[in-house]
Amino acid sequence: MGWIGETIDTIKSIQIRQLLTQAISLGMIVTSALIIWKALMCATGSESPVVVVLSESMEPGFKRGDILFLHMSKDPIRAGEIVVFNIVGRDIPIVHRVIKVHERENTGEVDFLTKGDNNREDDRVLYAKGQLWLHRHHILGRAVGFLPYVGWVTIIMTEKSIIKYILIGALGLLVITSKD
Amino acid sequence: MHSLDYRANALLIFSVTALAFICAIPSFSDKFSNQNPSAEIQILNINRFKKQSYGNDEVSLTLDITADLQSLFTWNTKQVFAFVAAEYETPKNSLNQVSLWDVIIPDKEHAKFRIQTSNKYRFIDQGHNLRGKEFNLTLHWHVMPKTGKMFADKIVMPGYSLPDAYK
Repeated sequence: MGWIGETIDTIKSIQIRQLLTQAISLGMIVTSALIIWKALMCATGSESPVVVVLSESMEPGFKRGDILFLHMSKDPIRAGEIVVFNIVGRDIPIVHRVIKVHERENTGEVDFLTKGDNNREDDRVLYAKGQLWLHRHHILGRAVGFLPYVGWVTIIMTEKSIIKYILIGALGLLVITSKD
Repeated sequence: MHSLDYRANALLIFSVTALAFICAIPSFSDKFSNQNPSAEIQILNINRFKKQSYGNDEVSLTLDITADLQSLFTWNTKQVFAFVAAEYETPKNSLNQVSLWDVIIPDKEHAKFRIQTSNKYRFIDQGHNLRGKEFNLTLHWHVMPKTGKMFADKIVMPGYSLPDAYK
């Protein structure tokens, strides 16, 4: 109980200048995280350099909650590579393997067909209506490396957003009441 | 300097860094493993070879696939994804890769095998260029590690061809 009394006293005794300094430090931390994220986007050439696996369609290789590192180079995409792509009308990117490649002689454009390792059928049922193939501009990147389990933090925060608010609230309280 | 927050924070940063380092080491050790996989594929039979109603050629064939991928498995290997693709070119397309069959190999014991199977995925051309077509059958493998960098390679086996007439 004494701790609550102490916290309330600390909040009452806050001066404006100290509060502003702390707000700026917090802002600096958030912006440096953002800078690192954008730098990663530049280095890997991909819009989302790190993605979390959300479905079981690539088991047993990738399980839900794994993190994939993506890289997008100018190298042509070939059969067998694991790519992450967006479909018009779906907001979550999909991580599946390329099983068919047809590259045009004259224009260099390529048609891809993908399939999840654990799925029975290829991805044509997932593509937009009337779409038979994927093209280069649908692809966000190739999966080049992976870390298990680390993505569960993101999944929990997205699916149970109350935990997100509790975490941010607790962090905020910690920042305001810390003695420096 | 000695409050709970500082100590908890320092502990957290240290453990995350140490874990990341530990995860990178097995991936690095994969570079030094000696790998010599081998494979052989025979076409046992062309079951069907026709032109679809849309105008695209389709082939159904039976393959006899022998492979020894045991040397690809290290202590950091979670699984090996292997697949056989038919690769050929046509006047319109400079490259066509069509996956015919694939398998997930979960451990070293399953990595040496011989299987006779018809193609798991439909071999359909973009067009009707397959009569008399010469193509390569390539066995690709993708190694998924327990942690770290994935790597892939292949064995190209040239010299296969399709009949000159529909069947």
